[in-house]
Amino acid sequence: MLIFLNHLINGISLGSVYAIIALGYTMVYGIAKMLNFAHGDVIMVGAYICFFSVSSFHLPPAAGVLLAVIACTALGIVIERLAYKPLRQATSLAVLITAIGVSYFLQNGAQLLWSSNIKMFPSFFSSQPISLFGGELKITIAAIVTVLACVVIMLALTWFTGRTKMGKAMRACSEDKGAAQLMGINVNATISMTFAIGSALAAIAGVLFCSVYPTLTPTTGSMPGIKAFTAAVFGGIGSIPGALLGGILLGIIEIFASAYISTQMSNAIVFAVLIVVLLVRPSGLLGKQIREKV
Amino acid sequence: MKKIRLNRTSRVNFATFGAVILAYAIIQIMRSAGLLSSTVQGQLVPICAYVAMALSLNLTVGVLGELSLGHAGFMSVGAFAGAVAAAALPIPSNALRLAAAMLIGAVFAAAVGTLVGIPVLRLNGDYLAIVTLAFGQIIKSIVENLYIGMDGRGLHVSFLENRIIFRDGGRMILNGAMGVNGIDKISSFTAGFILIMLVLAVIFNLVGSRAGRAIMALRDNRIAAESVGINVTKYKLMAFVISAAMAGAAGTLFALGQNTITANKFDFNTSILILVFVVLGGQGNMWGSIVAATFLTVLPETKAMRGLADYRMLVYAIVLILVMLATNNPTVQDFINSTFRRKKKKGGAAK
Repeated sequence: MLIFLNHLINGISLGSVYAIIALGYTMVYGIAKMLNFAHGDVIMVGAYICFFSVSSFHLPPAAGVLLAVIACTALGIVIERLAYKPLRQATSLAVLITAIGVSYFLQNGAQLLWSSNIKMFPSFFSSQPISLFGGELKITIAAIVTVLACVVIMLALTWFTGRTKMGKAMRACSEDKGAAQLMGINVNATISMTFAIGSALAAIAGVLFCSVYPTLTPTTGSMPGIKAFTAAVFGGIGSIPGALLGGILLGIIEIFASAYISTQMSNAIVFAVLIVVLLVRPSGLLGKQIREKV
Repeated sequence: MKKIRLNRTSRVNFATFGAVILAYAIIQIMRSAGLLSSTVQGQLVPICAYVAMALSLNLTVGVLGELSLGHAGFMSVGAFAGAVAAAALPIPSNALRLAAAMLIGAVFAAAVGTLVGIPVLRLNGDYLAIVTLAFGQIIKSIVENLYIGMDGRGLHVSFLENRIIFRDGGRMILNGAMGVNGIDKISSFTAGFILIMLVLAVIFNLVGSRAGRAIMALRDNRIAAESVGINVTKYKLMAFVISAAMAGAAGTLFALGQNTITANKFDFNTSILILVFVVLGGQGNMWGSIVAATFLTVLPETKAMRGLADYRMLVYAIVLILVMLATNNPTVQDFINSTFRRKKKKGGAAK
């Protein structure tokens, strides 16, 4: 039972990281109607920036995280401006291929800049876990911080999209870009803002992911990126609570699959779950069924 | 005698066939004259395999208009099914054994393609891209945990851990993450050439047929096509499964030209590499795929490009983005049209 609880806690902690990444995917998809394949690689860039500012420039961890968030926000805006904005009117296939190109560019650029050697990400949290039930149940500080960060980000985003002017503009753009523009909303600025928020979240997710799995390479971001994307689709892409639900469920499934079924097959099981969900509910768990109009 | 007039499509198709035959003849002559270095000779079979892969992906991306990000997964299925078949089949003639192995590779890949395609092709939007990506990962995990051995009693298959007990003179063929070792290299350049010709013939005939027109109608406007009675799932599945089968045959050709193959060889990067061939060659443009696949496989091996090997993937990424921007951005397109195509326009007006 306690082992089961331990796995559950690990799953929720990993799932929280997926949820934060999935929020970035889902917001961009909801507004720009595009899959930002490069999102996973923004995570990697964020983790590298935090790594270098802490280990090479000896900044405090909080400053490193802040620096990573600022750099990734800028990166997100630049990517949107240079690669995606010229393709607003293009087919989704063209945008998707461009996004893959950006993803590849970031991975290989990182490899040239920082080499493909594994960097050991420093641990920001005390490695001494909190023991409960006489040491049977161990909860790491990193897990608690991750879950807390996820909850805070989630609440902040819900408030932002529901209450602020910019958030309302985002929702308007996701419903109907043309109508939003007619109402005086700056659609381009709104889309840039969405990319900025998504990339800032990616930076935080990168730091959190690397504090749990400390091996940092230029391809670190791609696997969690793909899985978080799976989580976003699982929960219903375009829906913020869906991203949270999908992320946490996916984390739990992954940890349970590797603990109880097979470690090597855990990735395959995660992706098989995605295919099954898409079959049963193509719009995801909390997604809206959109009727097609001719 | 009346001159037979061909329309534009047929002329392009025949020119493509002719160019492939010509390239084959030239390379064979150069080979017999000893003009090709051993590096280039070693590249001939992989080039053929990549050309066939690019052509088959072009059927999905260019003709069907769906994005597959797991095409290397079908190549992997074909490669391992074919490698096991080539090792297990008791056919003495190498050419026949290769043909049988390629057929088995194609059948397995087609079966897997049907399995993936039936559920997914009913969905609209970018889902095929996601699911094929997931499929590529699943195939890699499965192959890395699959153990196949053979002894006097036939094939033994074991999953997750190697539990195969051989009776007499048995040997492992597929050894999990270690892949297939000591492959009998029976692939030849001629086989690759024949495969490319077959793939081209299948694609051109499909595109020119009633089914091909239905597939292209789906690509251009699904709702309109559906409303005139085209069965969406059937035609999408047809294109997708044919594409998968051809990728499987290409995978077998590739595998049987290597000493060793592992599941890692057919990962997401390979899928992207093939997508780069298709996008650079032009979606829906078959000879473009052939040229792009050939050049991008040969170019990194040439002496001049060796020093730039580190930058290769970075350059691919930049080129991919630039090609997309150049072909899809209205501003850039107007600019290209006004600078390069002015003459043509004037000629058209004079007519």
